[in-house]
Amino acid sequence: MRHLLDTESLGRDNAIAILDTAQEMSAVGEREVKKLPALRGRTVVNLFFEDSTRTRISFEAAAKRLSADVINFSAKGSSVSKGESLKDTAQTLEAMSADAVVIRHWASGAPARLATSGWIDAAVINAGDGTHAHPTQALLDAFTMRTHWARLTGTPSVGGDLAGMRVLIVGDVLHSRVARSNVWLLRTLGARVTLVAPPTLLPVGVEHWPCEVSYDLDATLEAGVDAVMMLRVQAERMKASFFPSAREYARRWGFDDARLARLDALALKDTIVMHPGPMNRGLEISSGAADSPRSTVLDQVRNGVSVRMAALYLLLSGDMRAAPTPALPAFAQPAAKDHP
Amino acid sequence: MIHASHLIRSASLLGKGTADVLVRDGVIAAVGQDLGGAAIDGATVIDAAGLVALPGMVDLHTHLREPGREDAETVETGTRAAALGGFTAVHAMANSSPVADTAGVVEQVWQLGRESGWVDVHPVGAVTVGLAGEQLAELGAMADSRARVRVFSDDGICVSDPVMMRRALEYVKAFDGVIAQHAQEPRLTAGAQMNEGKVSAVLGLAGWPAVAEESIIARDVLLAQHVGSRLHVCHVSTAGSVEIIRWAKGRGICVTAEVTPHHLLLTEELVRSWDPVYKVNPPLRADEDVHALRAALADGTIDIVGTDHAPHPSEAKECEWAAAAMGMTGLETALSVVQETMIESGLMTWADFARVTSAAPAAIGRLGDQGRPLEPGEPANIVLVDPAARWNVDPAAMATKGRNSPFAGMELPGRVVATFFRGHPTVLDGRLNTPYLHGAR
Repeated sequence: MRHLLDTESLGRDNAIAILDTAQEMSAVGEREVKKLPALRGRTVVNLFFEDSTRTRISFEAAAKRLSADVINFSAKGSSVSKGESLKDTAQTLEAMSADAVVIRHWASGAPARLATSGWIDAAVINAGDGTHAHPTQALLDAFTMRTHWARLTGTPSVGGDLAGMRVLIVGDVLHSRVARSNVWLLRTLGARVTLVAPPTLLPVGVEHWPCEVSYDLDATLEAGVDAVMMLRVQAERMKASFFPSAREYARRWGFDDARLARLDALALKDTIVMHPGPMNRGLEISSGAADSPRSTVLDQVRNGVSVRMAALYLLLSGDMRAAPTPALPAFAQPAAKDHP
Repeated sequence: MIHASHLIRSASLLGKGTADVLVRDGVIAAVGQDLGGAAIDGATVIDAAGLVALPGMVDLHTHLREPGREDAETVETGTRAAALGGFTAVHAMANSSPVADTAGVVEQVWQLGRESGWVDVHPVGAVTVGLAGEQLAELGAMADSRARVRVFSDDGICVSDPVMMRRALEYVKAFDGVIAQHAQEPRLTAGAQMNEGKVSAVLGLAGWPAVAEESIIARDVLLAQHVGSRLHVCHVSTAGSVEIIRWAKGRGICVTAEVTPHHLLLTEELVRSWDPVYKVNPPLRADEDVHALRAALADGTIDIVGTDHAPHPSEAKECEWAAAAMGMTGLETALSVVQETMIESGLMTWADFARVTSAAPAAIGRLGDQGRPLEPGEPANIVLVDPAARWNVDPAAMATKGRNSPFAGMELPGRVVATFFRGHPTVLDGRLNTPYLHGAR
């Protein structure tokens, strides 16, 4: 694997290798000196054609913890806003010897285009493209779920998957790259996924996806669930008649306080509530739910850095095809030279 | 002046019996077995054994880009491509810059075609001023111009306003014109990037639903029936559209329909590559649509093949999918793709091929001197094809300026060996020869 473009083409071995490596990386974040020399002298470019401070700083933190040099390239205030093409931008970065390009783009498929067009040799990591894919988000979600699932089932998380875990993904699936990447990855890891959304916010063709589909959030909660992932809903969708009003949406598909209480009533004491952020409090999720002990929102942010460290490390240092389940990287152990 | 004459020896006429064809003074002078004697003295002999002789192909749907986008194509380069592809007449769509919505612009395009001399160029007139859908263009002035426009289309943009469409259909009856509709309901396709279905769902590309085409076709056939007009449906792409057209023809509605070579061969699965060379409007559809289109062309529900030849400069395709231009080149691959999909598959004969690529499109465009049978006294618009040849599609080797062929790298059957346009060989031995000189005849 030279690039990380989507989760549909990510095999089980590679997915678990990333999660296992991320688990080692997470230990680095707990050390006093949060830095490893693994990518010293390598250059990682964050190429962002779309605003996303959260994802960019997560990748930036990941690359810096691995000692890589980081260049942030934002489409705003750059040559891109003067009409420079993706090809020219990419080749400019290539000429500056980028080893990896982390790309966020408003157009579905732009990272794949960058990876397969022959314009550059660098490893390409998709940091979210249009409404297509967001593989590192799905991996950090899976990492968060795996940690929870291992604790519940009393099994070690390293090497493990999500077999048997029941996951709801609720909200604007149609416009969500997070939902798409999660559906494929969670299927690969053995989870049972149900999408819950208004029919207008499900894509035509969703019946071919490896998951269940429901329009009824309450009914799917009643059936039992281990994780509920709420998707961000843009209130502007209302203007395009995807739903009648924000209030009606929140009543039918929002994870509100009543539904939070319903989990308790159903004795689903271990069910977690997830959100990729940024949250619309009061629309798709209530503050009560977002701030409850069930919420994993901040765990997801924390795990995002570890997963992105793993992806950068494996793409730039390892060969995931040759070694699908690599031995734990030695650098992840406390190293004398990195300790004060 | 001395007219060169050519004796085409032992060609298989429409893929049936072999005969010699004598071409002289721009017409087919004789057809028969072992033509000889004084009649052929001085004629250049072309050994056509093993070759199929067909009437010169007629394309009702090309974009020659001139005036305005000469970086993408010119009438000269586009008609060179046409001649190499076996065509002797092409229609040039109106979405040039300025738009072909006046007698002046259509006469300019027609004149450029005359000066090039590779094929007849018939400009298509815009239905509405500037393709804006708000006011009828001067259809009568274009019909009466030297370009004698009979086909009107806002192609690229649908005449979506039902009243505008009704008026256009009615008005062109005055000069036996036809409205060629680009059937695309605009509200259902805002921002559309590819066929809406299982592939768009996975790729997260905005969908172009079949219903956006089918609903317009359904409306238009009913309008054509209501006002008793002639309707032509451009680039039909879905199985549902075929059903509606079949129903309309069954009711005696005067509708004709067209399919592109690429919709006969390629499917939406190619979009998974993210290569915008596969981006086209209407989009590549599903496998079941491709098979329905083939069946419809074979049974006559779809009347003609039109290439929708749409050259673009490379920068319009070397970009992310959503930013890329829609369209594919087609003039130099049409014959081979239709042979591959319709003849090699056993769905059609070469005689059927001649109907859908020559006689029927000429009839829709009201071209009296194209699409004629290969018989004595008829205009000598003839293409000789080697059906046994196979070739690898290389866009860099094409005459069109466009390098955006979706067939690049494919091996296809059939090669155009020679094209005779008004009795003059524009193509010989598979290469461009010389153009026909209008002034000299």
